[in-house]
Amino acid sequence: MTRNTITTAGTGNAPKSPNAAPPGQAGRRGAVVEFTGVSKHFGGHRALDGFDLTLHAGEFVALLGPSGSGKTTALRALAGLESTDAGTILIDGVDVSLLPTSQRDMGMVFQAYSLFPHLSAGENVEFGLRMRGVAAAARRSRARDALALVGLDDHYDRFAHQLSGGQQQRVALARALVTEPRVLLLDEPLSALDAKVRVSLREEIRRIQTELGITTLFVTHDQDEALAVADRVAVMRDGGIEQVGTPEDLYSRPASPFIADFVGLSNQLAGVVRHGFAELYGTKLPLVDPSQADGDVLVAVRPEDLEFSGDGVAGVVVASSFHGSLRRTRVRLADGAELSVQHVVRVQPVPGDSVRLRFCGAPVSVEAVAVSR
Amino acid sequence: MTVVRQAGDRTRRGARPGPVARAGVAHAPSRTMRAVLLGGIGLFFLIPVVAMVEFTLRKGLGGGHDASRWIALAQGGLTGQYRQVLVALGNSVGLAVGTVLIVLLLLVPTLLLVHIRFPRLRRVMEFLCILPISIPAIVLVVGLAPVYSLLSRLAGSGVWTLAFAYGITVLPYAYRAIQANLDGVDVRTLSEAARTLGAGWGSVLFRVLVPNLRRGILAGAFIAVAVVLGEFTIASLLSRVNLQTALVVVSKADPYTAVILSLLALTFAFLLLLLIGRLGAERTRPRRRRPIGGRP
Repeated sequence: MTRNTITTAGTGNAPKSPNAAPPGQAGRRGAVVEFTGVSKHFGGHRALDGFDLTLHAGEFVALLGPSGSGKTTALRALAGLESTDAGTILIDGVDVSLLPTSQRDMGMVFQAYSLFPHLSAGENVEFGLRMRGVAAAARRSRARDALALVGLDDHYDRFAHQLSGGQQQRVALARALVTEPRVLLLDEPLSALDAKVRVSLREEIRRIQTELGITTLFVTHDQDEALAVADRVAVMRDGGIEQVGTPEDLYSRPASPFIADFVGLSNQLAGVVRHGFAELYGTKLPLVDPSQADGDVLVAVRPEDLEFSGDGVAGVVVASSFHGSLRRTRVRLADGAELSVQHVVRVQPVPGDSVRLRFCGAPVSVEAVAVSR
Repeated sequence: MTVVRQAGDRTRRGARPGPVARAGVAHAPSRTMRAVLLGGIGLFFLIPVVAMVEFTLRKGLGGGHDASRWIALAQGGLTGQYRQVLVALGNSVGLAVGTVLIVLLLLVPTLLLVHIRFPRLRRVMEFLCILPISIPAIVLVVGLAPVYSLLSRLAGSGVWTLAFAYGITVLPYAYRAIQANLDGVDVRTLSEAARTLGAGWGSVLFRVLVPNLRRGILAGAFIAVAVVLGEFTIASLLSRVNLQTALVVVSKADPYTAVILSLLALTFAFLLLLLIGRLGAERTRPRRRRPIGGRP
């Protein structure tokens, strides 16, 4: 069985949807998706507030954010499962805001197990093709190919209750892909799985996405997951985008202490900006954004940008924990501030040890605040 | 091609079949306990049935038993004075079908709509559906009398109009049966999954939701049939003829034959239960298919 049976848009037996790619784009799998000023209110709560985001063709974008930040609402708006109050959603330049879900040509994998319990895995995968009027023989053949793509071709006749959680989500992925949709939507599909299966399946999803080149929007609240699989990560807060960038950008050049704290670990410390530098415990640190105005600020410093040194800020070890390839130690400074330091495992401080810390001088993100110092 | 297999990603072959496997399911009773429970319940229902059979076999004041009344009824058929029972049975079956249709066409879509689109209305829906159980039939009739008076002028006084009243009386039972099934199925996610796969609302309803609610719908339908076949008060007070009112009339002239007919009605209901139970059995085996490309 070869997996290239699921190929490019328009090569299958499915009839063209009203939004099929224009002739110039036939053969290209991924579609361009544009959210422009999308807003959505639930009662008095603003779930989306002028949400803007563009997904390039074939791109894997992760929407990351805390609970209630609006990431799932954005994905559901794209799927047509939530109406929007304002703004437009374009797919390949066509406004789909008012199209019903069934005509948007999307594939979606849900957080909850969503296989139809009365159908076998194969029949589940066939479902979308059946809705498109594909002949029975072609349906079965394509369903088998899709199941082979996720490594479950020998589970065609199994029912949902006969599959593990990971297998159910892989069948759901095959079901979402078999119709060759223009956009793949993943709504926290790994959150119900155990840690080992999560890692394995997220790599599997990325492999298949890269292979098919399908534009993918992946909603997650797990930063590791987002950083590991996405081409770009959009961090959401209060219904809007806080920062969009590559995983490396987000981690090393966070636009705000919120991003620094949400993506990876960070120490949030009160400091002062003067002449393009953040001053912290007598150390001058370069800024991610050198145009930052002078004044009191909250500075975000990564634990790996601190090190034990003979001539730094004095403190006392509060706790130290082992994390396999590294160790993290919490140190309380004389002013009561607590810092987390990441270091090699062979250094093993114990609570009560007196130590000195040095800032490595890596760029830091700051946020202007009224700080009482 | 890389076929992925993970540790901890095992197939749950022994898992309990059903739409949603729930954690914390209690252990099944032992075989002995099952036998005791089923035997006790069986006796509870069997004793009055045996008493009815014994009554129909009595010879009269002289004592002794024979099957003469059963034979006479079988040879004579439902003719003469019993003809009305046959008509009444037809009325009741027609009413049962009408009531089931009301339940299916009104209650099921409404419950689904509430679950999928208006979950906040669930409490209100539950209150409205359970309400009729707290209203005695006689009170219901007092309230329905003026409505039926109007209905008679508009649509005649056909016995079929009773289906509207029966639709109300079976509402609590049908609601509980369907609701219990709905609670075990994530209808919202299933309907959304179907819609993203290109299904319109019709396909969502008939290809996804109804098959997964089959047990609840059939249970609701059966309860509706059982309630209608056993209903007397409303039909009697609204002067309509159904099986129960006809049996009462027959019992005044020939109590033995009335009991025989009651037993036959009971058997009919029992067979109906078996049939519905059979239809409601879940499909856990795949349909047989022709192999594709030489694959079994």
